[in-house]
Amino acid sequence: MEILVDAVLLTLLVVITLAILFQRNLFAVVLLAGAYSFLMASIMLVLDAVDVAMTEAAVGAGISTALFLATLYLTHGKEYLQPNFKFQSILVVVLAGGMLIWGMWDMPEFGVMQAPLHENTAPGYLDASKNHLMPPNVVTAVLADYRSFDTLGETTVIFTAGIGVLLILRGRKKPKKSKNKAENSHET
Amino acid sequence: MIDFGEILLKYNAIVTVFLMVTSLYIVIAKGNMIKKLVGLSLFQTSVYLLYLSPAKIVGGTAPIIADAIMVYSNPLPHVLILTAIVVGVATLALGLALVVRIQDAYGTIEEDEIFRAEGDA
Repeated sequence: MEILVDAVLLTLLVVITLAILFQRNLFAVVLLAGAYSFLMASIMLVLDAVDVAMTEAAVGAGISTALFLATLYLTHGKEYLQPNFKFQSILVVVLAGGMLIWGMWDMPEFGVMQAPLHENTAPGYLDASKNHLMPPNVVTAVLADYRSFDTLGETTVIFTAGIGVLLILRGRKKPKKSKNKAENSHET
Repeated sequence: MIDFGEILLKYNAIVTVFLMVTSLYIVIAKGNMIKKLVGLSLFQTSVYLLYLSPAKIVGGTAPIIADAIMVYSNPLPHVLILTAIVVGVATLALGLALVVRIQDAYGTIEEDEIFRAEGDA
């Protein structure tokens, strides 16, 4: 049953991706990307990644869409039709896809408990969060207790990106849209 | 004869590859920079799917410890992807800021028009 729900949601994801590929109105593209993120959050929920699903719904569908819409306001809303058919890019993409399928074909089957991934490190963390009186949510325990320096590095990345956005947008000359500029950098 | 059971078991991997390939095509072949960045974020999201699909155990639950539950899905890919999502939105913000500056400088965000303005297309 879980596999079936997963398959239906994945099929919807494929449909939305194709719509993004062929749609040329950028406003529609950005909103479709938001719908894609919500759908991806539902798939993550089915795959038992509840924390990731919540983050994806907030960050992927919320903040990313807001950033895209702010940029769209400052630029054009339409993608031009390109006359030349890009044969080389299709070739590159098909080659990459073929190699990916070839490489992934003998991976362990979906949802099998005996996969090597589930037998080595993860049980240790599960037992440790039980025995060390960590938070019952193991993801929180690993993220904020065992590996909290990773999270510190992550906040450094966000800080650097925020500074970068501020520096890039600081020298803009158009005074009439300066209000929107401040809004854009604030969201970061 | 096609074995639908096997296809269903490999469906996650197949869809992941399809999403990666399609978004890679958007990044390479589309000239509009906002569309390129949408493609880039779709590519990132398909990588999340690549990591989260093997973490699932059929019949297991979310990794929140409770007495009545024996089988949990693997929490470690979840931790990795939680970090990746936040880093992804940071790079996206930086890219969009660059797009705004390109629009200011060239009056367009289409790749071929920028190349033409630079004179080497």
